[in-house]
Order: sequence, then C-alpha cells, then structure tokens
Amino acid sequence: MANAGVKCVVWDLDNTIWDGTLLENDSVSLKPRIQEVLGTLDRRGILHSIASRNDRDVAMAKLREFGIADYFLYPEIRWDAKSVSIRNIQKNLNIGYDTLLFLDDQPFDRDEVASVHGEVWCLDSSGYLELLGHPRLNPKYVTEDSALRRRMYLDDIARRKEEEAFVGPKESFLRELNMVFEISEAQETDLMRAEELTYRTNQLNATGEKYTVESLDAMRRDGRYKILVCELKDKYGSYGKIGLALVERMPGAWKLKLLLFSCRVLSAGVGGVLLTYLRNAARDQGVRLLADFRDTGHNRMMRVTYMVSGFAEQAQRDNGFIILENDLKDVPALPDFLDIRINVDWSAW
Amino acid sequence: MREKIRAMVESNLNIFNSGVQFSDDDNIFRKGFVDSLFAVQLIAYLEAEFGIKVANKDLDINNFHSVNKMVSFVERKRQEGTGGASR
Repeated sequence: MANAGVKCVVWDLDNTIWDGTLLENDSVSLKPRIQEVLGTLDRRGILHSIASRNDRDVAMAKLREFGIADYFLYPEIRWDAKSVSIRNIQKNLNIGYDTLLFLDDQPFDRDEVASVHGEVWCLDSSGYLELLGHPRLNPKYVTEDSALRRRMYLDDIARRKEEEAFVGPKESFLRELNMVFEISEAQETDLMRAEELTYRTNQLNATGEKYTVESLDAMRRDGRYKILVCELKDKYGSYGKIGLALVERMPGAWKLKLLLFSCRVLSAGVGGVLLTYLRNAARDQGVRLLADFRDTGHNRMMRVTYMVSGFAEQAQRDNGFIILENDLKDVPALPDFLDIRINVDWSAW
Repeated sequence: MREKIRAMVESNLNIFNSGVQFSDDDNIFRKGFVDSLFAVQLIAYLEAEFGIKVANKDLDINNFHSVNKMVSFVERKRQEGTGGASR
C-alpha cells in the first residue's frame, strides 16, 4: 500500500539524532528541537526505533543522558547492514514494511535499505523538522489507544522477558498473567477506535473492508447490527481495545461481516475466544452462524483462525467474498487462563 | 513424512502442555491442543518441508486435523503436482 500511515520511525544516531560521531568525539549534541519531534510523534501513536552502527552500551548511555532513551523500542545498535536492523525491527514490532520510515544522513545506508526493503520509506534525515507536517505522519485519528501505544509495546516487552525466563508449560505462564478478556457492545466513544482498527489491521482482518465512524454509528443505531469490541488486560496493563466484530442479523442466521484483531494480541491466543463465545451464543439463540471472508493477500492468518474455529466454506461470491458457515458442533470450552467478561445482551435482538 | 509431521506437532504441543499423548488419528484441533497461530505455522511447515502450495480452497479442517489427515493431504497435493514439488 503506497502512502500508508507511518507506524514507526527508525532513526540513525550520528548526525541524525545528534550532531557529531559518538565514537570519534564524545561531545555530541542533540539536533535542535529533536525532542519536540520525538515527543509529538509519540503522542500521535507513532513509534520510534533506532538503526545505528555504533557501540550499543555507549550509545544507550548517551541516549539516557539526553533523556530520550525511553522513546525507542527495540533499538538496533550493531555493526550490521541497516537492512538487517530494519528487518529485526519489523519482526519485533510485527508491522508492515510499508509503515516504516527510515531516516539517515548517509545516502549509502538509505540506498542499502531501499534495495533490500523496497516498501520502506527512506528519507534524508536533514529534513527531520518537516516530519510533523507530513500527511503520512498525521494519523486521521489520535485515540486514547494511539497515545498509549508505546506504553503497550513496553508492557509487551516486559511480558516477553518474563515468558522467556519462565520455566514450565506455556499454559501456566498464561495463567500467571491474570488476563481479563472483555467483550462489550460498542458505545459511541468506541467508534473512533473501531474505525482506526479497520484501517490499521491487515493480518488479522477477515475482509479488509474499511468502516468510518459515521457508517459504524449508523450500524449501531440500526437494529440489524451488533458491533462488539474486545479489550484485553493483564497484570502489566491493558492492551486496549484490540478486537472488533460486526454481526448482522439475518433471517435465522447471524453473519459476521467483519472480524479483526490487532496484531498486538497475536501471541495471546485470544482470536479464537471471541469466536468460541459467538458459536455458543448462536447455538443458544438457535440461529446459524455465517461469516464473510475476503482474501486480501495479507490475511491468511484470519482464514486459518476461522478454520480452526470450525468454519467451512459454504459459497463463493463473484466479488471475491467467501461465505463461511460454522457447524456449531464440538464448541470447545473457553480457556481457563482467561477471565472472560461479557457485556452483550442478545435477548432483545 | 509421517515422522516429520508428528515431530513438528509434538514439539509444539509440548511447549503448551508437557507430556501430551496423541495418536496419528487423534483430532489435534478438537482436543484443544492447537490454536490458530500454531495452525498457521503448521501449514507453512507443510509447504516448506514438502514443496506443496496450500491454496485457499485447501483450508479445510479435514485436511489438517490429525497427523494421518496431513499425510494424505500432502500426498494428494504432490500427486496433483501443484506448486512444483521440490526434491
């Protein structure tokens, strides 16, 4: 996707974040107004990382001294090609290459990254003061979730560290996290985040359809639809609103017009939980359960999630949509490592 | 092939729940051993290891729900000759 919104800015250090070369001259100084640029982008929900060839300990100490070290997630300070650093950052954050902006003063490094990762937007770092005005760095919405995005990634890093140190089966680890998964009917205040989710999610998105706040609000008021939002919390904090489902009421059936999850919760295994809940609810209400799926080239994960949850292909439409149907058999128990809270009323629907 | 697939499933199940017992005919999905993240890894593994291409229409749980089902599926895909089986 050309001109996708930037989710992470990857900064070089020498002569980009600061003037001077750290290992040649200890008295480097921050570029003018760099803190303002970092802080403003951070509040917009845009992440920061680093790709620098430097001594890691020395560079991190310098960033701490300048008071800006906490802005950077998964900093890559190493002696490899920058394309390697970019790849590691992309993997760690689990976001698309087309949402990365790489800033470096060296044309060689920009070209090297561009030659390996054609989708990464590479810019000469001398223009850093113009970043704040660029449309790709001005997300349409800045929600509560966007302003907390870096905090959530930091929580996630803490989780992973603890998980790596944990000895024993994964289930015991998950149990120790005290996870709470809450499924609620969307309130008006959730709609902006809901729209944002339809624009931001790719891998775990069943159709790739975008919905605006206005269209979501119209659906919310229309008795034929239910909009469900999911929030996940654990002892480290909240992941925020990380899942969305649009359910359409049809004669004798419910259809999931859209199902999506933020890639932040990929490893928590909660994708299937909402589907398990909906399968039980549909069975209790005596209706069939259908779902729309459209192959967007990025969302096989979601097709597999449907498959694992007992959905099979029922019909194909000319417009690329596949209709899936659930057999509503063998619905597994909800996992006991999650405290599941439901704020949905099906009785009057 | 059976041994490789079995080892792949086993190594992942053991991360989640040590000492799990299952036969080549057991439905690993119904038993709740497998989540969608692992299913994606499993499909990617079958493609890479056995040189097949899993199309959207193949994404049917009946092709993957046990070790034996996966073996038959891979053999069938190889006979169809899709994806240029690598040797």
